[in-house]
Amino acid sequence: MSDIPVTGNPSEPPTGMADATMVADPTAASGAAAAEVPPELIAQSLGQYLRAWWLQVRGGNSGVLPVVLAIVVVAVSFQIANRNFLSSQNLVNLFEQSTVYMVLAIAEIFALLLGEIDLSVGLVMALGSVVVAELVQPSGANWPWWAAIIAALLACSAVGAIQGTLVARLKMPSFIVTLGGLLILEGVGIIVLGGTLVGIGNSQFRNEIVLYDIFNGEFDPAVGWILLAVLIGAAGAGLWLQDVRKRRHGLETPPRSLTAMKIVLMAVAGIAVVAICNVNRAHSGTIEGVPYIIPIVLVVLAASTVLLQRTRFGRYVYAIGGNPEAARRAGVRLPVVRTWGFVLAALTSGIAGILFASWQVSLTTNIIKTANSYVLLAVAAAVISGTSLFGGRGKTIHGVLGGLVIGGIYNGLYLLGVSSQWIDVVVAAVLLAAATVDVLSRRGAPRQT
Amino acid sequence: MTETNEILGGPGPGGDGFEPLLRLRGIDKHFGPVQALYGVNLDLPAGQVTGLCGDNGAGKSVLTRCIAGVHQPDHGQINFEGRPVHIRSTRDASALGIETVYQDLALADNLDIVQNMFLGRERLRRGLLDEDSMEQEAAETLSTLRVTTVRSIRQPVASLSGGQRQAVAVAKAVMWNSKVVLLDEPTAALGVVQTRIVLDLVERLRDRGLAVMVISHNLNDVFEVADRIAVLHLGRMVAEGPVADFDRQSVVEYMTTGSSSGRPFQPAGSANGEG
Amino acid sequence: MARADTHGLDRDTPVTADPGETPTGTADATMVADLTATPGAAAADVPPELVAQSFGQYVRVWWLRVRSGNSGILPVVLAIVVVAVTFEVITPEHAFLRPSNLVYIFGLSTVYMVLAMAETVVLLLGEIDLSVGAVALFGGVIAFKLVQQPGPAWPWWAAMIVALACCGLIGALQGTVTARLKIPSFIVSLGGFLLFSGILVVILGGADGNVNVSSSAPNQRVIYNLVQGLIGPVASWIALAVVVGAAGTLLWLRAAARRRQGLAAPPISLTVISIALVALVGVAVLIICTVNRGTPLVSVEGVPWVIPIVLVVLGAWTLVLQRTRFGRYVYAIGGNPEAARRAGVSLVGIRTWAFALCSATAGLGGILLGSFFFGEYSTNTADPGQLVLYSVAAAVIGGVSLFGGRGKAIHGVLGGLLIGGIAYGVSLLNLGELATPLEYILPGGVLLAAVLVDVLSRRGTGSVTRV
Repeated sequence: MSDIPVTGNPSEPPTGMADATMVADPTAASGAAAAEVPPELIAQSLGQYLRAWWLQVRGGNSGVLPVVLAIVVVAVSFQIANRNFLSSQNLVNLFEQSTVYMVLAIAEIFALLLGEIDLSVGLVMALGSVVVAELVQPSGANWPWWAAIIAALLACSAVGAIQGTLVARLKMPSFIVTLGGLLILEGVGIIVLGGTLVGIGNSQFRNEIVLYDIFNGEFDPAVGWILLAVLIGAAGAGLWLQDVRKRRHGLETPPRSLTAMKIVLMAVAGIAVVAICNVNRAHSGTIEGVPYIIPIVLVVLAASTVLLQRTRFGRYVYAIGGNPEAARRAGVRLPVVRTWGFVLAALTSGIAGILFASWQVSLTTNIIKTANSYVLLAVAAAVISGTSLFGGRGKTIHGVLGGLVIGGIYNGLYLLGVSSQWIDVVVAAVLLAAATVDVLSRRGAPRQT
Repeated sequence: MTETNEILGGPGPGGDGFEPLLRLRGIDKHFGPVQALYGVNLDLPAGQVTGLCGDNGAGKSVLTRCIAGVHQPDHGQINFEGRPVHIRSTRDASALGIETVYQDLALADNLDIVQNMFLGRERLRRGLLDEDSMEQEAAETLSTLRVTTVRSIRQPVASLSGGQRQAVAVAKAVMWNSKVVLLDEPTAALGVVQTRIVLDLVERLRDRGLAVMVISHNLNDVFEVADRIAVLHLGRMVAEGPVADFDRQSVVEYMTTGSSSGRPFQPAGSANGEG
Repeated sequence: MARADTHGLDRDTPVTADPGETPTGTADATMVADLTATPGAAAADVPPELVAQSFGQYVRVWWLRVRSGNSGILPVVLAIVVVAVTFEVITPEHAFLRPSNLVYIFGLSTVYMVLAMAETVVLLLGEIDLSVGAVALFGGVIAFKLVQQPGPAWPWWAAMIVALACCGLIGALQGTVTARLKIPSFIVSLGGFLLFSGILVVILGGADGNVNVSSSAPNQRVIYNLVQGLIGPVASWIALAVVVGAAGTLLWLRAAARRRQGLAAPPISLTVISIALVALVGVAVLIICTVNRGTPLVSVEGVPWVIPIVLVVLGAWTLVLQRTRFGRYVYAIGGNPEAARRAGVSLVGIRTWAFALCSATAGLGGILLGSFFFGEYSTNTADPGQLVLYSVAAAVIGGVSLFGGRGKAIHGVLGGLLIGGIAYGVSLLNLGELATPLEYILPGGVLLAAVLVDVLSRRGTGSVTRV
């Protein structure tokens, strides 16, 4: 009687022994597997946590660590090169400048998580800024500021919907669609601007003041502290209660000390930011307080985090980025989720556009070139902070931290008097380095081919 | 074709006189000019494991996809619990309680076990994902299936071994009160111990009263778990019956030539039946 | 890519015990009978010249193929005709088809043609090079800088060789990063685009820097004349006769050789028609170019140098892609990298070389560009981003697939002509304020349209686009 060869895959080495150990002692920490398990889930104490975390870092799954390190490196090296870098005046400046990159990076992350890319975020941002500025012109449309913002965001979302439809339904490669899209938007932007200067800096018109203040206004120092206290209190309580609830239900929870540490870190970072912002940073007179734009970015961050981590849509975004076929078989309607991903990227870019308009104050056709160069900053900010170019890995907090790094580099080089072409060169190098790290870390991780 | 389908011998509640849980009659399917299935009949009784065998290109995957709702048959009838049904999409199949475990395609590596098990059917509470209840339910399902080798059900499936991944995929399929589970090459690319995990799991599904179909090249696995065997050859069902009617030699012959020792299939009990 | 691997392994899985022991003969026979019973679908994919015995048959087979989405150069030729007629009708004074304008379009298009041919080789691999625009300008500026007097004052040929070598090196670098580190090529070349756009400005000496070659310095004149220089009418006619004669003989001999060896060969009538068409196009171009398009005082007539230059580049690329092992491997990788790898093709080597050759060709395009703009290079000469979009659009609209494995150098040339025609035609329209935005909207729209056609035509042929 002939027997059928039974091995599924002849090239596969016999793994029986290794697996046997696994079954016999499932809790034994076999190196490779431990590296992928989130450390807070298997650690019972902080010490265990740190060990597990270190394994994870070595396995290429380092979370926010590299970007935090990058922030420290950027800060230290520029401070050495220029004493003014860490002055509270420059730091607030840097925060403000970075917020645009941060929001744009969040926009890009919506596309990257899907395993796509949106090269038009910079131009969609420009479109948003131009539309909002045009609509509040007293000599023109003279819309109220909120209507102008809504209209700008809708216009941007429409662009995203068109691009998303081309990508999702017609299966055109996203980088080509968005490349073509950005070029068309460049033309549209010029048409909308109409070759003239459009400003929102006229303090005689309330609508312009509101837009101007988005970037340039700040809270009273006391209000800043109160807001911080409320925020930390709410976030801390939320984290702690969640921890307690999970423990009660017998679910997997991080060690208590870790939760406590997270809350403390949050408080420290918050206090540092508020303290820096509350120093008087004016050459003459008084400018002090937390810029409005910082809580605005926090709101964008929180909203995008909830959307991606806590909703069905967000779950599907990750699933499609990880394995589109699995998602399809699980009943996820890929075209719908992909299209919405691009709409959200464009909508978020529109928010960045409103910040950008408020930052630039007066808009000319020159801003279109500037905005175009931002797409690389956005991709670099997202990728440098641990968002994968290949989809399914990353969080919007990464975009915020990456935006800070990019903002730091830009700001630092500018302080040193480096010309803008060289800054572009440095950013390109940073992008390539980040992409290399992304590729190499994927290679290091098990089961990724 | 033979009349073997009238006979539903073998152990378990799917015996004579019972309508099988899933009954296929005269299923035809063609893709352009290529005919993939010719009048296929198949029964999947509850509480039994049916092994579906066949050479490459015999139509195993097409048949599976017809049941799973990926393809729609051109002709033929599908009865589910005695009622004729039309399965037009994978959603229809899921609604009936038919789940398919595809080889290595069912899981997203970057999501954790809980997220994968609930993919497509997440639970919501006030519009947001109800992670806690999903985690509890996933843990429960895994423990009733005695899948206990994973360190944490919050670990990404990228870190699981092949057998563990397959176990998660199977657990995902049975969590939905499914009545029929189709397993496409569940042991391909698995080592010996990993295969053991999966086969044990298949037996537990049977014990829960599910109708299970295992599509496999691997006759060792088929003979180990199957109560019934069905063999496809070039799109035709050439043999179907209780496992006792077959031995390896005859299955191989059916798979490769469409008949055994030159004779068409004869079920046990009839004159020339093979052991 | 990763998933393709697992499928590959599955297919390798041994399925039957051992074939010797079990009688599989009948199975195979049926299978074969079944599979060959699909004449309609298969015919559409076979090049018509191989199955047709007569010209009539050829046309019928070709029509089948066109309907299945495998239309070769037909759509782009049609598009060129449509664009030419449309602009002739809508331009003021119906000026589009004037010889002076046509020759100008040839000059402008040659830049896009060369860049599109450069892009083609990378697209064939299933990759993309978004840095061709920046690299082209970089190469052009290097060549121009090296012939400066006072300055390096290199001979023109040395300057061009060094410029092309520099570009080739850049390409090799980007290719290596893409191929070895497996970083997606659009990211690498996007970085390269930014990098070299920046470096370009630095070399030019800042935002308002520029570099010129003049037609009065003997050494610089050669570079100046690449696009601006003209071949006299008599010499042109002689050259045309030689080229058509050589090409015709070659085509004829090749078909004859194939027939003699019993290989599938196109019908004789088809060979004759091909040769006649080549001659016809050549004569048409020559007549257009030898019309005096100057003022009554200064006569300007003759074929620009750049036309034979582009023909040489086209010939070289066609030879490399169709008749060398390298070319064959490029197609193989574009069609199925895994199959190519298993056949022993060095993916890293071929990819690196392809990027290097792409960038070197782009460098030549950059030199032509400078010459086209009357020997002047400044930061405003051309926008590298726009240039790359035009070249990708030219290649794709010419019939090169974005998804690899499909396309020829001639597609880049025809696509380049189309893009040049559109770009110049629009500039003739006196659009006033809309002119500047259209410079951006147009290539974007054309690119999207080209890719849309590519995607839809692939869907027609039933090949998979992507997951």
